[in-house]
Amino acid sequence: MALPKIAVDASVIINEQVSEDVFRLELLCPEIAAYSKPGMFVQVRVDKGMLLLRRPFGIADVKDKSITVFYRVLGEGTKALTSVKSGDLLNVLGPLGNGFKTDAKRPLLVGGGMGLAPLLYLARFYQGKADILMGGRNKQEIFWEEYFRPYANNIFITTDDGSVGTKGFTTSLLPQLLTDTKYDLVAVCGPGIMMQLISDIAAKYDVPCQVSLEKRMACGLGACLSCAVDTKDGQRKKVCKDGPVFWAEEVQI
Amino acid sequence: MNESSRLKTTLLGIPMKSPVMTSSGTFGFGEEFADFLNLDELGGVFVKGTTLLPRRGNDGVRIAETPAGMLNCIGLENPGVDVFLNETLPRIAKYNMNIFVNISGGSAEEYGILAEKLDVDGVAGIELNVSCPNVKDGGIIFGTDPKAAASVVREAKKHTSKPVILKLSPNVTDITEIAKACEDAGADALSLINTLMGMAIDIKTWKPVLGNITGGLSGPCVKPVALRLVWQTAQAVNIPIIGQGGISTAADAIEFFLAGASAVSVGTANFVDPYATTKIIQGLDDYLEKNNLSNISELVGKLKMD
Repeated sequence: MALPKIAVDASVIINEQVSEDVFRLELLCPEIAAYSKPGMFVQVRVDKGMLLLRRPFGIADVKDKSITVFYRVLGEGTKALTSVKSGDLLNVLGPLGNGFKTDAKRPLLVGGGMGLAPLLYLARFYQGKADILMGGRNKQEIFWEEYFRPYANNIFITTDDGSVGTKGFTTSLLPQLLTDTKYDLVAVCGPGIMMQLISDIAAKYDVPCQVSLEKRMACGLGACLSCAVDTKDGQRKKVCKDGPVFWAEEVQI
Repeated sequence: MNESSRLKTTLLGIPMKSPVMTSSGTFGFGEEFADFLNLDELGGVFVKGTTLLPRRGNDGVRIAETPAGMLNCIGLENPGVDVFLNETLPRIAKYNMNIFVNISGGSAEEYGILAEKLDVDGVAGIELNVSCPNVKDGGIIFGTDPKAAASVVREAKKHTSKPVILKLSPNVTDITEIAKACEDAGADALSLINTLMGMAIDIKTWKPVLGNITGGLSGPCVKPVALRLVWQTAQAVNIPIIGQGGISTAADAIEFFLAGASAVSVGTANFVDPYATTKIIQGLDDYLEKNNLSNISELVGKLKMD
């Protein structure tokens, strides 16, 4: 059942830098907060210069009347966003898409880089029941740990350079975790190749796995068909409307 | 919710609450926007381009943002006309929209077959897409040659009782030549413009941004070009024109009416603001009231040249 969607001018509560190139943006939009579920996303309008399209961001947290997103400064749109100040208005469209399974008994959330953002809200939703496996290139990229700490059961960390946690990738640690603990859900969000490998491992251990996909999109509403993804049975689905969360066996990641 | 008589229009024999429509490929099947507006406020909804058989569309990156615009190369992904008729049309009937079906074929005969299949209750009219820049088999081939465009119009007219609208491509040397050929062949109206063919290159990889290499440019950046083409076409034909290309505001729409459009259609703006059409409808009504005009038709083609 589709939830009501709305586009509103949301007041910026905070727009703070949390690492070298990542910002945390909290927006006052009770209408959207009320219907947001973990895994859903919003489309934020960056009304500046010749920029046209909204930017999609996974919902990373929801409080009573606000939502939080994280963004990495990648292009002109996100660069323009960094200059937004508390009290400024940003037009936000949402909540969009379908979220993660929220009734697992023993979930493992696996995230890499910005993929950890939507998992944060999922972790909070699980109220301490979820274990987290997070990966990053180095210690700086594992700033996420402090955000997850209050909501997570165990947190497992890997870094490419070994500056914190286990040296290697999330994929190196996952088989051991799946052997030690009987998880009933792996929810993964991160780079495509990582999600592919994680879901392959989950399949080998017979644990249901959900992936959260990212594609360029314009409308976010299922109208423009920019964000088509191939399904395993040769069809196409829309990341914005049918996803962004899919069962791993459903789609070509 | 605007029920102003100032905006009431009859186009192609169809009564409309407003002369503001939505362009094919930018508004899904209308239902995607049902949370944001009353769809029957619109003059009509041109639903996603439909073909005889289902199409998967193009592979790879399908959109790119460009200054004040965007490129797309979706490639006519659609479930095919039979799914549209059996599943989509019954599902969207409840919105009471004037549904115009945009069709693409690989031959003139295929346009005829599609037109005949769509000659059913619940379809207000047919838009012939002879100007999609993103598919190889058909589309723009028919839109860049007056004789081929006219043959598509004749074939469609032969097989349907519905009004037939031809969507013109801006990617031609003289749009009026094709417009006149289509009028002579029996087209009931023209819609213009479709997207302008463009491209974008990633300077990090030296590769095209789009999977299809080229794509169709739309958005505010194309508006002056679209307006010029509508104005030129309006001088050349007597059938109604549905003006489109970069319309985001009521002021944009007013320019198109003055240039000779009998109705306007909103495209890319729907992606930016799902309430765009509602705001344009309200803005048009305010403008007419402020200027003591009793109906939108008093603007059509009223460009002053002195």
